[in-house]
Amino acid sequence: MSAYPVAAEFGFKAIVKELFSYKTGILAIALLLLLIGISVYAVVAIPYDEAVRLWRAGEMTWLKNPRNAAPVWIELFVGKKLPRTIILSSAKGEASKVKEGRRVVIEYSFDYSYDDFPSEITLFFSAKYGGEPPVVKVYWLRPDGEEFFLANYTLRSPDDKYYISNDFKLETRLETFIIKERLRGKPSFAITVERALFLAYTGKLEVLKGKYKMRLEATLASEGDDLDADLVVYGKVHGFTGTDHLRRPLSIALLWGTPIALAFGLTASLVTTLAQLVIAAISGWYGGKVDSLLQRITEVYMILPFLPILIMVSMFYKIDIWTLLVVVIVLSIFGPGVKTMRALVMQIKNYPFIEAALAYGASGKRIIFLYIIPRVLPLVVPGLISAVPSYVFLEAALSFLGIGDPNVPTWGKIINDAFSEGALYKGYFYWVIEPSIMLILTALAFSFLGFALDKIVNPRLKEL
Amino acid sequence: MVNVRMVKYLLKRALVLYLTVVIAVYMTILIANMGGYVDEIVKSEIRLEIAMKLRANPAYRSLPESELNKLIEARYQAEIRRRGLDQPFLIRSFWYLYDALSLNLGRAMYMTSDSGSSQVRVIILERLPQTVMLFTTAVVINFFIHLFLGLYLSRNYGSFLDKLFVYLAPTSVIPGWFYGIFLILIFASWLHVLPYGGLVDVPPPRDPVLYALSVLKHMILPLSSWIISGFFLGVYSSRTFFLIFSTEDYVEAAVAKGLPPRMVEFKYILRPALPPIITNLALNLIASWGGAIITETVFNWPGLGLVTYEAIGYFDVPVIVGITVIYAYLLAATVFILDLLYGILDPRIRAGAAEGVVV
Repeated sequence: MSAYPVAAEFGFKAIVKELFSYKTGILAIALLLLLIGISVYAVVAIPYDEAVRLWRAGEMTWLKNPRNAAPVWIELFVGKKLPRTIILSSAKGEASKVKEGRRVVIEYSFDYSYDDFPSEITLFFSAKYGGEPPVVKVYWLRPDGEEFFLANYTLRSPDDKYYISNDFKLETRLETFIIKERLRGKPSFAITVERALFLAYTGKLEVLKGKYKMRLEATLASEGDDLDADLVVYGKVHGFTGTDHLRRPLSIALLWGTPIALAFGLTASLVTTLAQLVIAAISGWYGGKVDSLLQRITEVYMILPFLPILIMVSMFYKIDIWTLLVVVIVLSIFGPGVKTMRALVMQIKNYPFIEAALAYGASGKRIIFLYIIPRVLPLVVPGLISAVPSYVFLEAALSFLGIGDPNVPTWGKIINDAFSEGALYKGYFYWVIEPSIMLILTALAFSFLGFALDKIVNPRLKEL
Repeated sequence: MVNVRMVKYLLKRALVLYLTVVIAVYMTILIANMGGYVDEIVKSEIRLEIAMKLRANPAYRSLPESELNKLIEARYQAEIRRRGLDQPFLIRSFWYLYDALSLNLGRAMYMTSDSGSSQVRVIILERLPQTVMLFTTAVVINFFIHLFLGLYLSRNYGSFLDKLFVYLAPTSVIPGWFYGIFLILIFASWLHVLPYGGLVDVPPPRDPVLYALSVLKHMILPLSSWIISGFFLGVYSSRTFFLIFSTEDYVEAAVAKGLPPRMVEFKYILRPALPPIITNLALNLIASWGGAIITETVFNWPGLGLVTYEAIGYFDVPVIVGITVIYAYLLAATVFILDLLYGILDPRIRAGAAEGVVV
């Protein structure tokens, strides 16, 4: 029994017009335009090679981004002001720098009015020296006037970094001092370096807001030497999308995931559906041996384990995403769609217009491509559109299993990273939710469009 | 009632189905062996192993290097012959096919079952119950939800609830594993009320009742993810299906006669719609036995899907082929039994059997 009556001719304009009469149709088109807009922006703003480079560049490119920082909008849910990253560079004149002979004094000052502690504090040096390296004394000035001596640091290379947060000696020293002299008792929380530097001495885990200063007093080995340094106070939020465990902004993969998902899903669905249509038309029109051969092949395909074979192929041959697309198409061509489409072909096979074509001596090829396929095509378009999400999710699933193309930034890749880094255990929910929302929007756009189109080309569904 | 034409048709059908299985299994063997490449890996492993063993053996330490190499080569050739690896892959692929089809699944190359056996049969049978417990349950629950809600909506066509299902049907394109991620996020990471995944608590409770309860607790999320995923579309499809059936003349006649609605539903709508429903259920049940690779990975559920995935990761061909051949046989057998049942039960199909309009 077929649910599809063979419908009349459709004009493109008429279909679009009718589409707008459905609420779901309007919603689908709006979502689709949004996704296309994001794709165009991604392709124009970050060229593909650049996106791949940025995504694969490793941590060095993103040194001054906070690690695993949440997106800014998380504040709406947390209800407090979370720290942004503060970068002050003496070379760019963002700090006062005085050089007198062999002595350099750099003083950074910044306002800190956030409700949470920074995630890390690091000094990035860039020194110029011939013989002995510079020695830097680091001081910290709090808004309440208290001054901490942090370290006496000898540079090991011209672009050395002082990871203040990882200085365990400093941590023990500050902790002991604060517990003994300021809080007079052990607090209920652990005192890390960042907390010690920013803590209000109330006994609770609170930030002391106000103007902070850091002073570097460097002694150079000779007068020709020089020293500059960037102070980075890493925040806990970063941009609209946040960052991952390698400090990469998720926005790159979220943006570039869109054109990749659309291209992958649409191409796979389009090519598969058209190929199935041609096979169904040939099978239905010629009948007999051709028909039974094609139907048997379809049945073999139905028994072949689709996903395991796909995983095997992509694991064994380490293929990239576009080869994967070809494999997906090859594995889907003889899908169950062939059977439904063949039923449609069988219905119109005996229509008068086909008889007329036969009467004027049209060849089988001509009838299939000029008479049968154009007639059946509108009926399979809704299915084509509705199938797009399944291919998008297929790619996401493979990436999730960790066997997708490692070079391409896709949504599935983000989810895979998030899972393997334990994002759900550690509470980095944004890491999973952001790519998921993109996937859901894509799925719903195509699915709603497919359903609306189905009602238009199969008027019988409208009554149901 | 079984006539000669029918028997002939069924025999032909069985033959075709068996050929289908043979071809599908053979293709899987070719792909899983990477067209013979896996043999090269195995051969180099054998050589390495023999060389390591002989070199580590003190008895051969005084042997000159060339003699030792000769010995290694001889042992290697013997081992290759013993395993039949000296035959070309094309010939061996047919041996593999024969073994697979006769369900002589052999030993896994690297994997072992949880109890330590390397028999493919044991590896598969050990994980099958977990998969059946989870996914077959999901299919059965889904079946009844979709059937009865669909039937209900088709009788209350046009109601608010009905319209809601029509609107929400497209949400079902989102697959179960994806809902699973959200369920873990909400109920495990955020609310801490249900486990992230796995089969039982660690350590597993000793008391069988507590053990069962623990397994049930671990089943809630994966099961829900599959139920949610299929919910709206499943109900929508069965509702539409019943609506088409309820526009038949005999249903109108039954309603006109004033039969009670329940009787109309069960005797006049459900009964004639049963064959395609049963077909669907049977195929879904069979499909559920293969497990679900991604859902099982998301929930770390130790079923057949996870075994398949591990086997692929280890290039463990016998396990991959074993799972495929069992699945292929089950599917073919189900299709055949359905053919047979319809041939016997449905007079319309019985008449058309010669033209092959089954399923």
